[in-house]
Parts: sequence; C-alpha cells; structure tokens
Amino acid sequence: MKKSKPFWAFVILAAVVYGVVQFFTVSGLLNIYYSNLIITISINIILAVSLHLVIGITGQFSIGHAGFLAVGAYISAIATMKFELPFVLAIVIGGVVAALAGLIVGIPTLRLRGDYLAIATLGFAEIIRIMLFNIDYVGGAAGMQVTHFTTWTTTFVCLFITILVISNFTNSRHGRACISIRENEIAADAMGINTTFYKVAAFAIGSFFAGVAGALYSHNFYIIQPGNFGFLKSFDILIFVVLGGLGSLSGSVISAILLTIISAFLQQYPETRMIIYSLVLVIVMLYRPQGLLGTREITDLFKWKPAKGGH
Amino acid sequence: MDWLQQLINGISLGSIYALIALGYTMVYGIIKLINFAHGDVFMVGAFIGFYAITGWGLGFFPALIISMAFCAVFGVLIERIAYKRLRNATRIAALITAIGMSLLIEYGMIFIRGAQPEAYPDDVVPNKAISLFGVQINSQSLFILLTSIVLMIILQFIVHRTKMGKAMRAVSLDMDAARLMGINVDKTISFTFAIGSALAGAAGVVFGVYYTKIEPLMGVIPGLKAFVAAVLGGIGSIPGAMVGGIILGVVEAIVSAAGFSLWRDAAAFIILILILILKPSGIFGKNTKEKV
Amino acid sequence: MALLEVKNAGIQFGGLKAVSGFNMELRQGELVGLIGPNGAGKTTSFNLLTGVYVPTEGEIIFNGKRLNGLPPYKVTQSGISRTFQNIRLFSELSVLDNVKVAYHSLAKNSILSSIFRLPSHFSEEKNMENKALEFLKIFNLDNLKDEKAKNLPYGQQRRLEIARALAAGPKLLLLDEPAAGMNPQETHELMELIAFIRKQFDLTILLIEHDMNLVMGICERIYVLDHGQLIAAGTPEEIRTNPKVIEAYLGEEVTSEHA
Repeated sequence: MKKSKPFWAFVILAAVVYGVVQFFTVSGLLNIYYSNLIITISINIILAVSLHLVIGITGQFSIGHAGFLAVGAYISAIATMKFELPFVLAIVIGGVVAALAGLIVGIPTLRLRGDYLAIATLGFAEIIRIMLFNIDYVGGAAGMQVTHFTTWTTTFVCLFITILVISNFTNSRHGRACISIRENEIAADAMGINTTFYKVAAFAIGSFFAGVAGALYSHNFYIIQPGNFGFLKSFDILIFVVLGGLGSLSGSVISAILLTIISAFLQQYPETRMIIYSLVLVIVMLYRPQGLLGTREITDLFKWKPAKGGH
Repeated sequence: MDWLQQLINGISLGSIYALIALGYTMVYGIIKLINFAHGDVFMVGAFIGFYAITGWGLGFFPALIISMAFCAVFGVLIERIAYKRLRNATRIAALITAIGMSLLIEYGMIFIRGAQPEAYPDDVVPNKAISLFGVQINSQSLFILLTSIVLMIILQFIVHRTKMGKAMRAVSLDMDAARLMGINVDKTISFTFAIGSALAGAAGVVFGVYYTKIEPLMGVIPGLKAFVAAVLGGIGSIPGAMVGGIILGVVEAIVSAAGFSLWRDAAAFIILILILILKPSGIFGKNTKEKV
Repeated sequence: MALLEVKNAGIQFGGLKAVSGFNMELRQGELVGLIGPNGAGKTTSFNLLTGVYVPTEGEIIFNGKRLNGLPPYKVTQSGISRTFQNIRLFSELSVLDNVKVAYHSLAKNSILSSIFRLPSHFSEEKNMENKALEFLKIFNLDNLKDEKAKNLPYGQQRRLEIARALAAGPKLLLLDEPAAGMNPQETHELMELIAFIRKQFDLTILLIEHDMNLVMGICERIYVLDHGQLIAAGTPEEIRTNPKVIEAYLGEEVTSEHA
C-alpha cells in the first residue's frame, strides 16, 4: 500500500514518544511540573490539529475555537462530577456534544463568506462564555470543581487518535474535497462537490476534537472557570495554526509544541507574552504569510524527488 | 416614567456604538477588511481624552478634539504600517494581521501604563436631571446624544459634499476604476482610516464621560458590538452603521431593564447570529455575489 | 429528444435584464458554439445552465430533468460540467489531485471508511487514481502529475481545466473560451483534442469562443447573443450571412473605435 510507509513511521514515532515519557514519569526522573507541561503540550496539539482541519485544510476562518473547548470541558466535567460517569466516556460525550455545537453553529453560518464566519464563530464563543457565567449549575463565574483524572496515557491515546483521524481524513477524497474548497470554492462546487456538506463536516470533526481536548483540559486542573475560555484562548489556538503554516498538520504540531514551551517560560510575564505573540503574528503575516511550513509537511523536507513512478 | 430614561440611555449607548461602527463600516467598505484594531483606537481615544482633561485641565470639547486628532493620526499609522502591504494578500492573512494589531495595541498600552483602570471626573459635562415633557431625563445622556448627532452630520457632509468624500465613495465602489480615473487611492484609504479613527476617538471620550471607568481592554467588547451594529445595518453602509448602533443600544437597554442585565452582552451576539442567518446583507446592505 | 432544452430562460439583476428569452436545444453529440460581442451575456448563460445563477424566468431541462434552482454541484452530478473563462484550478493541489477532485462525486466510500482506512477506501482511491491518470494521458499531462497546478504554463493550465471537467463524467461539456490566450499552434492542437474527446466520450459540447474562424471551423451550429438576447441561431454559413449578426459585430467595432 502506498501510504503505509509514513503510517508505520508515525506509529513507531508515537510509540517511542509514549514510551520515553512514560518511562521518565514512572521512574520519577520527570518532576510534576514537566509532566504537566507535556500534558499541556499534548492538549494544545489536539487543539491545533483540530483547528488546522477547519482553517488550514478547508479554509474556513474560525476564531471561536475556545467555545468548543469550553463545551467539551464543561460537558465532560458535568458527566464525571454530577453523573459520576467514567472519564473515558466523559471524553467521548464532551467530544460529541462539542461536535453537535459545531453543527448548530456551522450549518447556518458556513454558507457565509470568510469574514462573516470569523465574526459568527467569535460571537458563538462569547455566547457560550456568557452562558457559563450565568448558569449556577456549573458554578457561574466562580467555576466548577473537577477531579484530576487526566493522565499521560489518556492524553496520549487521544492525541494519537486525533492526528490519525485528521490525517486519514485529509489524505482521502474527502480531504481533497475540503482542500478544493479552500483553493477555489466556485470551482469545487462546479466539480460536483457539495461544499456546504464538507465545510460542515470539517467543522464538526474539528469541534469534536476540540471537545476532546476540553475534556482532558478540565480534568487536568482542579477547577474550570468561564474566564479560561475567552477570546485570548481562541487566539492562542489560532496562532499555532497560523505560525505552523496554514495547511500543514506537522507545522501546527511543531508550533503548538514550541509556543507552549515559550508560554510556559513567559508565564510570569503575561503582558510581554501577548506583545511578543501579537508582534510575531503581524510580522509573520507581513513577511511570510504562508507560515513556517506553508502547506508542506515536515516529511516533505526529507523526501528527495523520485526519478519516476510512485512514492 | 422610567422607561423613557431607559430609552434615552439606550439611544445614548447606541450612539456610541454607532460612532465606532462608522469606522468599521467605512474601512470595510473601502478595503474589505474587518479592522479588529478599531475597538482599540476607541480605547486609546478614551485615554487621550482622560489625560487632556485631568492632566491639562481642558474642558470637554478641547479634549474631544485633541483625542480625535490623535486617533486620526494613530489610525493612519496603523494602516500604513500593517495593512497597506496586505492589499493583495489573502483575506485570512489580512484578518489575522488585524487581530494581531488589536492585541498589540491592547497589551502595548498595558505595558506602557499598567492594567489599572482610570476614572473620568464626573463634572466634565453638566450632570443633572432635566424635566422634559414632565419626564426626568439625565442631562448627560442628552449631551452625549447631541455630540454624536453633530459628528454624524459632519460625517454626512464630508462624505457627500466634499471632493475627498466623493473619492471615498468611488474607491469603495471600484478601487481599480477609481485609480484609472486619477484618484489617489492610497491617500483616500488613509483619509478613510483618519475619519473612522477620529470618530472612534470621539466615541472613547464620550464613553469615558458617560461611564467614567476606562481601562486598556475596554475596547474589546464595545468594538465587537460596534461591529455587530455595522453588520446589522449592512456593512459598508454609513446610515446602516448609525441605525444599527442605535438599535443595538436600545435592545441592550431593554434587556437590562427587563432584569437580564447579566445577559446583556449575549444579546448583541445573538442578534449577530440571527442577522447572519436571516439577512446577512443587513438592513441597508446590498446583496452581492462573487463574480464567476 | 433533445439533451438540453432551454425555454425562454433569463435572469435579472435588480431590474437589469442580463439575459432574457434565451432558447436553446442541444441534441446528443452536437458541438455547438455560443458567440456574441463582449458583455452579450455568454458567461451569464453558462452560469444559468450550471446553477451558479438561478433563472428568474423560463426553464432549463437537461436529460428530461428540470434544472432550475439546483445548486451547481447537483447540476454537475446530473451531467453538466464546465471550465471557466478565468482559469479556476486548485492551485496548491497537484495536477493529479485536481483531476481526482472532479472524480470525487463518482466515488462512493464514506468519510468513516476513509478515517478507518477500510478496504473500500483503498479500492476507491486506487480506482480514482487510475481514472485520473487516464485523463491526464489523453491531455498529455501525465508526466506532470505531481507538479502543483499553479506551476504549469498557461496553455497546460487550460488543458488541465478541461481534463478536470471531463473527469466529472459529463454528458454535456461547457467550455468558456477554451482557447483564450493561446497561440495559433496551441489553438489548433486544442481543437483537435476537443474533437477527439467528443468522439471518445460521446460528449455534447457547447463552447464560448471569441475566435470567429475557430468557431466557424469546428462548430456544427452556432447561437449568437447580443445584449442578453438571442439574435440568431443556425449553421456557420447561415450565421456568417445573417444581417443581424453582422450588425452586432460591426456595431461593436464601430463603438470600440470611438472608445
């Protein structure tokens, strides 16, 4: 099979990453700060890759991704805290409800042109946040207590599934349909592609994984508050995708890793962090709008051009 | 008769939204960019007005004019530094840049002067209850309303009666054709930013006088709501921005008066989603379809 | 029975009649030209036929089915595909993938089968790739299959667009100025190619073209539009001598001299 070589490379790489982190954690060489950082990085990668599908692949500009993160975080927290469901089930429920939210927002708004969609998603995320503020059942502004359930293993499994599903989707006729919408929506339509269907599908899949990330996120802290899911959170996710290269999955992964580490170092100086982030964003847009990798993948850099035939 | 005061409050708040929305709508009309940094120009305007009043001891009108002038220059700088290069870039690149500029201004402001709020003195404009048709009305609201109306009349005059206004309308209809007809497109776009930013600056001062408290992140929510107002009125349409702003202000006043003040901020976004579903072109907007 | 039947179709944009009273009948296997001066409404008629615009009057019947109001992707799926006057390729996709996208609606495997990499995913992808390569071979583009579409020279981009339209499996192919910007040599090759694919795939073709010699040489029948109205229809000889057509074109020349 043609695609099987990169696939096995990915599986081996994933197994190595998992094994190394697990070894260091179990042997106690990795202190709690660093193992937490690794979990945060993984959650951010899930968020970055899920938004990458919407913006990078399908070309739909969503800036309300934190809204779906919030839905997943709160719904899964309700599932474990109020209904005492197992965590794994709560993750799935968080993802499914976030995907439903994605459908509700996506179906009416995805027929709009790019900038309207941006505003609509932003408005949706704000509505979610205001709702959470005003619902006493989930603690209102004070937030909601959540038990710490997130472990490296659950996080890793979610991360692995996210990347696998999104890259499988992308490398299929369905993914090509999404890319064709990004490239030229009118031509995609004229080639027989149901553009609304694929935009909504990509949006719902992206929302699903944002919800999964939300479940991991809420059970990684001891408390969640509506304030954690404001516009700045959406912006953080957006910058992963944009810096990595719109259309590059590995680019989103790399920039999520790097930026999470940089953020951790700048934690004491939140204003400086925001100034650096926004400056970098503007400068990248002005001088390298395609981002770090453009639409290429990191694996392309190691490929030499085959003389003839398949690869 | 409390409802009349509520209505006036709503209209006053709405007129602030309208002043900000005008900048959004003019800039969108001319370069098709949602200038996210516009709400932050409003914030900067509020601070300039504050320093002019408390630092230099100026009155309301001199402070208003200084703030407007400063913001006009500031807006042009933003356009020249960040947006000008992006005229031929993708929509996404332009939007991301605008978001980046917005955050840069907000956190730059925090970096310069800290995040603590300031309070406008409450005696900048006369603040007493006047009796109108037997109803008690706050003079401040009326004052603000009048200021906004005068500014909008001036804007109408500029857009419809001056050469620059004609150039603005021409560029927003067809940039290439306008260029061929000898219109200096760069100058016209800068002028549009100057006017829009000046109005945002004025809105900042008016907001400060009316609500007293100002802080570096104050522009975010009014900025977004003003954008909603612009979409509601039909983006690109100047009367649309005015009407949209007033409607939004009144709706918020009604929501608050009905006892749902915590949900007030959600109202704007629900209106936005509804308008996008029902009539994306807005009240005064024209339906346009991409050319095939 | 006619393959395509257009009865009195027209469209208004806010009071302005862009096209009105448009009648057309295409029989299976015909090669028909649509000509007219600039701004006559040729591309607008294409947009009506392909569902980009919904006609405000009249009817469009294709293969016995009413097309009015169908979105473009459904029109394509029912058997009409097109190219664009200003090339609209998927520029970041490879040449091969451009063609595969068009084959998309003929494949059947679900999203889930692709996510879980079920056998149906692999068989459909393989099938798609083989079909796409066949089309590229016909258009002599198979050696460029891994190149990004945006890196092709202009003439090859035009051909790729036709290959892509063909891959969507149409019965009726609409070509919007396929030879625009090509030199005489390229134009000649293209015309032979069009004649070839028409036979090979049993196609009906409607083409918009500016080059009069070309249209007269290749088309069996010609429709002439002017100011959104159909002013003539017939064989190339009839069109050549039709006074209305001569006037429409001469009129244009006269005004363009003054402009």
